[in-house]
Amino acid sequence: MKYQKIVMFIFILFTITNCSETNGLFGKSGGDGDPFANISQSSLDYFSNEIGDTILFKVNQSVIEPEYRDVLNSQASWIKEKSISSITIEGHADEQGTREYNLALGARRATAVRNYLVSQGIPESNLSVVTYGKERPLRICSEESCWSKNRRAITIIEGSNS
Amino acid sequence: MTRNMDLQKLKKNNEKKINFFISFLCLIIFLSFTFVNKGLSQANVPELDIDVTEGVVEPIPIAFPNFITRDFSSSLIASEISKIVKNDLLKTSLFRFITENTYISDVTSIDSPVRFADWRAINSDLLLVGNVSIINETITIKFRLWDVVGQNEIFKGVQFQGPSNSVRRIAHKISDLIYSGVTGEGNYFDTRIAFISERGPKNNRTKRLAIMDQDGANLNFLTNSDSIVLAPRFSPDARKILYTSYETGKPRVYLLNLVTGNLRSFPQLPGMTFAPRFSPDGKKIILSITDNGNTDIYTLNLENNSKKRLTKNVAIDTAPSFSPDGKFIVFESDRGGNQQIYVMPSNGGSAKRISFGNGRYGTPVWSPRGDMIAFTKMHKGNFHIGVMRKDGSQERLLTKAFIDEGPTWAPNGRIIMFFRETAGVNGAPSLYTIEVTGRNLRKIELSSFASDPSWSPLLN
Repeated sequence: MKYQKIVMFIFILFTITNCSETNGLFGKSGGDGDPFANISQSSLDYFSNEIGDTILFKVNQSVIEPEYRDVLNSQASWIKEKSISSITIEGHADEQGTREYNLALGARRATAVRNYLVSQGIPESNLSVVTYGKERPLRICSEESCWSKNRRAITIIEGSNS
Repeated sequence: MTRNMDLQKLKKNNEKKINFFISFLCLIIFLSFTFVNKGLSQANVPELDIDVTEGVVEPIPIAFPNFITRDFSSSLIASEISKIVKNDLLKTSLFRFITENTYISDVTSIDSPVRFADWRAINSDLLLVGNVSIINETITIKFRLWDVVGQNEIFKGVQFQGPSNSVRRIAHKISDLIYSGVTGEGNYFDTRIAFISERGPKNNRTKRLAIMDQDGANLNFLTNSDSIVLAPRFSPDARKILYTSYETGKPRVYLLNLVTGNLRSFPQLPGMTFAPRFSPDGKKIILSITDNGNTDIYTLNLENNSKKRLTKNVAIDTAPSFSPDGKFIVFESDRGGNQQIYVMPSNGGSAKRISFGNGRYGTPVWSPRGDMIAFTKMHKGNFHIGVMRKDGSQERLLTKAFIDEGPTWAPNGRIIMFFRETAGVNGAPSLYTIEVTGRNLRKIELSSFASDPSWSPLLN
C-alpha cells in the first residue's frame, strides 16, 4: 500500500512537471503538431487534460462560476476548430443529496454548460446532456475535498465530421 | 395507536377479534403463484440484528409447540413453518417464544381442550397449536391461537392449503394472522421487496434490480449489471415494477411486468425520465421529466398514453407520490430556494408547502393509511428518515445517520423500510426497517449492498 502511494506520488509529480512544460511549449509556439509536445493538440487527451473537460460547481448550484468561463471558451474554440459534431455533457452531484434531486441537479449543471457552449457558437443539435446524479462519483471520500470534485460537469467528445 | 401489548387490552379486544376471525373459519386459500416463480430458491431466512432503539415494550410470551404431523415429510414442513413464523414475529420485538423443554402439556390434537393451567404455569400468555398434512403434494395447515390468560381463542381453526412451493407464503400468512390478531394492526409479512442490489467500489458500482420476500428469502435478480438501474416501485397489484435504467445511456423509466416478463418503455416521453410511481388505481404513472435542464412532474395514462404536465416552473419538481385515495400528490421542489415538500391536487394546480422545519426535505411518500407522509430530511450534515401528518404538522424524525434515504411503507402503515449508506471510501448502502413509532431499528442482512427499497402491497 505504502509502495503504491510512493509510486503514485512520483507519477503525479512527473505528470505535473510534464504538464507545465507542455503548457510552456504551447504558450510559446501555439502551433499544431509541435514536435516537442508529447500530446497532440488534436487528441482527446489534449482536450481533457490541457484545456480541461471538467468544471466544478458549488453545493446545490448550477451557476457557471466566472473562473470556469475560460475553460468553456477554450472548449468551444477547440470543438469548432476540430469540427466536432457530437458532444455529450455529463452532469454530476456529490453524495450529500437525495437520489432524485441529484439527478435533476446534475441535469441542471449539464444544461448550464450546454447553454454556455451554445452561446459560444456550438450548434445546439451537436450537444446532448445526461445526468448521473450521485451515481458516478470521481472521488470517493466523504469529505468536502472529494465532494467539491464530484459536483461537476464533464464535456465528452463523442465524434467529429472530419 | 400505541402498541399497548398488555393482556388487559388483549382481553378487551378479544370479542372483536373473535368476530373478525370467525370469518376466517375454515378459510381455504389456494395460493396461486402469480409471481415470477422460476428458480425461486427456498433459501434460509437470514438472521436479523436486534437493535431496539427506544420505547422498549415487554414482549408477549408465546408457546409454540411443534405442529402435529403424521409423517416425516410433514414434520419437515412443520419445522420450516415454525422457523419462518418465529423469525417474522421475533422481528417485531412484540413476542418472545417460550423454550419447548419447559412445556408441561403435550399437544396431540388441535381440537382437544387446552389445559390452560399448564401453559400459565410456564408463564405463557399465548398458545399457538396447529397440524400439517400432505396429501397428493398439497400441504394443508390448520392452526388456532389461544389467549391463555383469558382462556379463549383469538382466532379459530384457520386453514391454509397450497402446493409444496407455497410453504413460505403460508408461513408468512400465519405470522400475519397472529400479528394482526394480537395487535389489531394490518398484515405485512406476506409481501415482497423490490430493491437495487449493489456491488463493487464506490466509484464503479454495479446496480441490479432485485426482488425478494420481505424477510430476505427468495432473492431474484431482474436485470444484469450492464446498466445503472434506480428506484424500483411496485404497482398496486404487486405484479409490475416501475424503475429507471441507463440502458440507452440516459436515465429512462421502464415498466416491468413480473408475471409476463414484458418490459415497456415510454418513447413518447421527451428528455430524461425518472422518479416514477403508480397511481393508486394502477392506471397512470407519475414521474419526473427533465427536458432542457428543467425537471417537472407529469402523469402518463397507461391505457391511452396521454401525458399531462402537472408542474411548470424553473424549479426542480420531483419525487412525486399519490395519496392512497388518489386525490393529492406529495412531491419535493426547490421553488422556494431549497428542497422542501409540497402537496398539490392530483390534476395539478396550486401546490402548498407542508415542510417548514430547518434543513432540506426530499423523497416524500404517502402512507398507505393516508394519514402520514414519510420523508428524507437533510440537516447539519446528517440525513434522517421522518414522518409528518399530511398537513406537515407533528414532524418526527425516526433515524439519524450519514445518509438515510428513500423511505417505503409496509402495507399496514406501521413500518418503514429505507436505505442507510455509510460514509467514506468504503461507504455502502444497506436496507433497514424502523417502526413509525421510532422503535425497533433493524438491518436486513443481505449478501450484497442494497438501496432504493420498495415494499410491495399484500400479495393476492
